[in-house]
Amino acid sequence: MNIPAELKYTKSHEWVKEEDGVYTVGLTDYAQKELGDIVFINLPAEGDEAVAGGALADVESVKAVSDVFSPVTGTVAEVNEELPDEPQQINQAPYDAWIAKITDVTGTEELLSAEEYAALCETAKE
Amino acid sequence: MEKKTPLYPIHLDEGGKIVPFAGYLLPVQYPAGVIAEHMAVRTACGLFDVSHMGEFVFRGAGALATLNHLLTNDFTNMQAGRVRYTAMCLPDGGTVDDLVIYKFADDCFLAVVNAANRDKDCAHMSANLLPDTEMEDISDRVAQLALQGPNAKDILAHLIDPALLPQKYYTAVRELLIGGVPCMVSRTGYTGEFGYELYTAADDAPKLWNLLRDAGAEHGLIPCGLGARDTLRLEAAMPLYGHEMDETVTPLEAGLDFAVKLQKPEFIGREALLAAGAPGRVRVGLKATGRGILREAQEVYCDGAKIGQTTSGTFAPYLKQAIAMALVDAGHAAPGTAVEVDVRGRRVAAEIVPLPFYKRA
Repeated sequence: MNIPAELKYTKSHEWVKEEDGVYTVGLTDYAQKELGDIVFINLPAEGDEAVAGGALADVESVKAVSDVFSPVTGTVAEVNEELPDEPQQINQAPYDAWIAKITDVTGTEELLSAEEYAALCETAKE
Repeated sequence: MEKKTPLYPIHLDEGGKIVPFAGYLLPVQYPAGVIAEHMAVRTACGLFDVSHMGEFVFRGAGALATLNHLLTNDFTNMQAGRVRYTAMCLPDGGTVDDLVIYKFADDCFLAVVNAANRDKDCAHMSANLLPDTEMEDISDRVAQLALQGPNAKDILAHLIDPALLPQKYYTAVRELLIGGVPCMVSRTGYTGEFGYELYTAADDAPKLWNLLRDAGAEHGLIPCGLGARDTLRLEAAMPLYGHEMDETVTPLEAGLDFAVKLQKPEFIGREALLAAGAPGRVRVGLKATGRGILREAQEVYCDGAKIGQTTSGTFAPYLKQAIAMALVDAGHAAPGTAVEVDVRGRRVAAEIVPLPFYKRA
């Protein structure tokens, strides 16, 4: 399983990359494997308020619907407009297929290091 | 505690993702994933473990009369070696189950029922046997593998002279050797595709699976799980018990008229179905015209008024669009009708379309 060392993670299987106050959010490799073939994504709108731990988007695999939770509280500055047409990018390249960029961040969920997240995934598998 | 089919260790070896289903631990998908498995069945071939299905044998001089009493279809003029789909009703017309009947001889039939309904069906059928009928539940001794897809015959040709296989849809040959394994081979399936269902002794199932996997290697065969089984049957608009019908839905509402012979003098539920007349709600197909995936148990609206609800829905991998089946008021069931489906609080535009969504060329 691919867990890039430079990213932070949530317990609900989102990844976060922080650069100059911009928090980029996506789903982890573990999440996409668990979900299976992703066929639909419902994105937030630019300007939406994101709340740490609250629903940010929802993705649907062939079998099920699943929420993507926001790792941070802030404002949705940008969404990945390619995903509604090609949601399978999340399966193919989960760390390139970012979902939203969030700015004006005032708080975060508990974020895990790659090492801590790897341990969480190991536990979840058992 | 869920049961395991005889193929459980093989599913683990194949990398299957195991889930509980109808009292069994079964693979929902293998590493290829639901979409690839679905496409394999449409374009090459897929192999499914459907050993969870229930099998009951009916024997005796009264077996035919019993089936005609218990079931909505008519088995009177059925030839040995034929297979017939049917519903089974409660006295009030609600559906106990849908099943297929194999005729082996005038006094010997096999019923194949949904795994989730096995105990209920067994009780209902046992309680309604006519004289000179014996019924035996052989489910635990029987394994069933479904080999589905356009390459199915070429795969079996490695293991048996294909001239011996059942040729016509809904026929079966009871005693064949597939690579030396005794099987009943049936030209049936639950995918809308060409294919076979192979019944064998539980102990022989792993050997049969491996023979088919080896023979299928050059024909694009991959193992397929419950996920693809569901998307395939839905694309082919085949009803699933507990979704399109249950004890509160009659087979006529579910669109199974072809398997309900009201002209038969008697069967359980006949009077109620006759008294109810033409159904007020009917099963229809929906195709999303707006963005979203339709799922089961979502409300369907027409001109702002609720007209029914979805019974199954998914993204259809071959058609590449969101489809659903729904039970709606008969007055709003015409193909072309514009409707909206409430997808978790969001109204998604959809259109009523003819069934099936997919029909094999």
